[in-house]
Amino acid sequence: MAGKVLIVDDEPNIVVSLQFLMKKSGFETSVARDGDEALLEVERFRPDLVLLDVMMPHRDGYEVCQQLRSSGWADLKIVLLTAKGREAEVTKGLALGADAYVTKPFSTADLIDTVNRLLAGGG
Amino acid sequence: MGSLRGGGRWVFAATVAAYVVLGGVVLSLLLWSGLASDQRKVMSDAIAGQAPALLITSVLMVAGLVALVAWVIGRYSSTARRLTADTRLVLDANPSHQLDRSGPPELRELAMAVDDLAERRRMAEGEVAEQIAAAQERLEQERNRLATLMAELAVAVIVCNVDGQILLYNAAARSVLDDEAVVGLGRSIFGIVDRDLLAHAVERIKDGSSSHVTTTLHGQQLLQVQVATLQGADQAVTGFVLLLEDLTDRINLSTRRDELLRELTEGTRASLGSIQAAIETVVDYPDMEPEERQQFVGIVREESHRLGRQVEQWVTESTAYLGTEWLGSEIGGADLLAVVAGALQRADAVTVSVLPPTEALWVRVDSHAVARAIGHLAERLHEQVGVDSLTLAIARAGGHAQLEAAWAGEGPDAEEFQTWLDEQITGGAAPSVREVIERHGGEVWSGNASGAAPHLRLLLPLTEAGLEPAARIAIGDTGRPEFYDFGLFDQPAESLAWQDRSLGELSYTVFDTETTGLDPTGGDEIISVGAVRVVNGRLLRRESFERLVDPQRRVPAGSTAVHGITAEMLKGQPTIDTVLPAFARYAADTVLVGHNVGFDMQFLRLKEPSTGVRFTQPVLDTLLLDAAVHPDHEEHSLEAIAARLGVEVLGRHTALGDALVTGEVFLRLVTLLQQRGIRTLGGAVEASRATLHARLDQSMYNR
Repeated sequence: MAGKVLIVDDEPNIVVSLQFLMKKSGFETSVARDGDEALLEVERFRPDLVLLDVMMPHRDGYEVCQQLRSSGWADLKIVLLTAKGREAEVTKGLALGADAYVTKPFSTADLIDTVNRLLAGGG
Repeated sequence: MGSLRGGGRWVFAATVAAYVVLGGVVLSLLLWSGLASDQRKVMSDAIAGQAPALLITSVLMVAGLVALVAWVIGRYSSTARRLTADTRLVLDANPSHQLDRSGPPELRELAMAVDDLAERRRMAEGEVAEQIAAAQERLEQERNRLATLMAELAVAVIVCNVDGQILLYNAAARSVLDDEAVVGLGRSIFGIVDRDLLAHAVERIKDGSSSHVTTTLHGQQLLQVQVATLQGADQAVTGFVLLLEDLTDRINLSTRRDELLRELTEGTRASLGSIQAAIETVVDYPDMEPEERQQFVGIVREESHRLGRQVEQWVTESTAYLGTEWLGSEIGGADLLAVVAGALQRADAVTVSVLPPTEALWVRVDSHAVARAIGHLAERLHEQVGVDSLTLAIARAGGHAQLEAAWAGEGPDAEEFQTWLDEQITGGAAPSVREVIERHGGEVWSGNASGAAPHLRLLLPLTEAGLEPAARIAIGDTGRPEFYDFGLFDQPAESLAWQDRSLGELSYTVFDTETTGLDPTGGDEIISVGAVRVVNGRLLRRESFERLVDPQRRVPAGSTAVHGITAEMLKGQPTIDTVLPAFARYAADTVLVGHNVGFDMQFLRLKEPSTGVRFTQPVLDTLLLDAAVHPDHEEHSLEAIAARLGVEVLGRHTALGDALVTGEVFLRLVTLLQQRGIRTLGGAVEASRATLHARLDQSMYNR
């Protein structure tokens, strides 16, 4: 299944793995290192799905998510990826328009499943 | 004129008449001696001719004189006596009695003067009485205010007098000390805090401050007790205020947290150690066999998974613990909305409407801080986006309560919204909205997801219903509890023997039992005990005792028809071996009262050997007391007495229902006994005994 995935994270060590995994799963990838860059990259790269870290300098993942939703990116799939694992944060993330919320550490197989499911049109 | 009563008055009148007669005789003699002899001749002839008539006239005149004088004297003196009696009446019995105004004018004036004096005295007394009434009213109001305040306090408070008798406690104290045999008006504080320990705490109090001691209750509950003294006018200690805090949970909590922390560090180190060793081995020995390498990689994978699971577990558990540690108060969803709406309306920036919650939910929050946080955001929304009206709602959202404020129109700029969160909330040294929300372990955001109206949402911690109902503060519940009795301040120490103590000052346990039948020696058993306390002349409905008892035998259908208790209801209930000791502790140091109590006592006494409990206190029977007070009535059933004494009968034929009715009846009987001069327990026992004998003689002593 082909598709474009944008990886947004300020932690290079996890970006390496994520990019490798997404490429191996057959996706075209691009990387952004903070929230502002992510907004620009979405406009340029026009991905089908964003792997979005919540904890980032300047503009956090919640804000990016909200911004994307309010600027017309309704069909773009957003997966929030974060070390913030409290239930209140999950609720907030989903309320702000994310399609899935994955807590670090995560199983790579589960993440790939989630991405595939979302891009296949699952909820 | 005090000596002129009865005969004295006549003697006096006769004396006056005698003087008049003597005067007449002397005058006649003087006239006689001044006459010439021929004149004397004419005179004596004239007199001699009229002698009987003259004599009779003289006697009549003298008698008339005596009567007149006696009458005049009598009139004055009897009026004076009546005045005296009337004045005494005014003085001693009826201050508004008016003096009789008949009698001689001088005495009438005196009567009027006395009336004036009485009138002034009446007015003065009326003023004093009014002042006393007003002062008492104020005192009562202050006491009620204090009691209401205490009842609402989340802190457990107990006030006792110097003898250790509990005068006041609040709902929080009741919930901390969950034992009706320990907390109760008139009960001894030394059942909670050891006498020596309290003395030790009092010794350490300096300059009107307070001191702490820690104690255990029933060997399991750890209590921290803060003690302050109450001082009377002369600086003498009149009582103590105790603030109680249950440390048990907190200690358990911190113990568990320490354990978690230890597990985390140790578990993390172990897993990290394995990972590090495996990776370094792989790196240092690049020429190892593929199977060997596979083994090391497997270790890294396994250990990192284990680390992840460990962190996950730690997060779950620690949030559960952190959630309970923070001391907000629990509040109902609808009440929280009301608090927030009230604060917004007072701030007057926006108009507010509230959607009532569709489900009952409780949150644990600092409602004031939350209201101010929302108020701050509402103010910014008003200034920056022109929001004029907000609609508040609250609902469950996963494990949280989601409080929403929605409006029509534009939403705020996301970046600007973030800056509002970090501003200090206006007014005072307040934290920011973000700090308030973080303190609650919550979240806050603004949005208009899926085309909905723009809104502001807060996630706040939910508490499970039924978790700690006693500690909940329900706003609007103003029912003043029976939690205080300052009359106990003035109660003398319990030094008198039982029989000499006054009926009004004694504490009573009024109780009733339901049984499987009427024959305790034939195997019938108690299936329910209900009791209520009477302290200082008040029935303490809130301090009741009610237990169902598994009789460990069949419950006859006939008895179920009476008390409505089925075998099903008794399944899993404690047996009499547990209930009787609990009841004994509840009834300790009180007089037992019941209706036809001999029946109940028979059941209790039969259980004394097997339970090791002994009921040695005095016992009063309302049936016998009623017979003593109303010897002419033949009907002394509880219903009949209740009807006669105007006691409303509700929920009869449960043990507690009957105990409550008996308690009300008992209080009225005590008043009637007192009116008949029976004021002590000894007197009441004696009167009961006498009626019992009378009734036995008439063979009327039936249940």
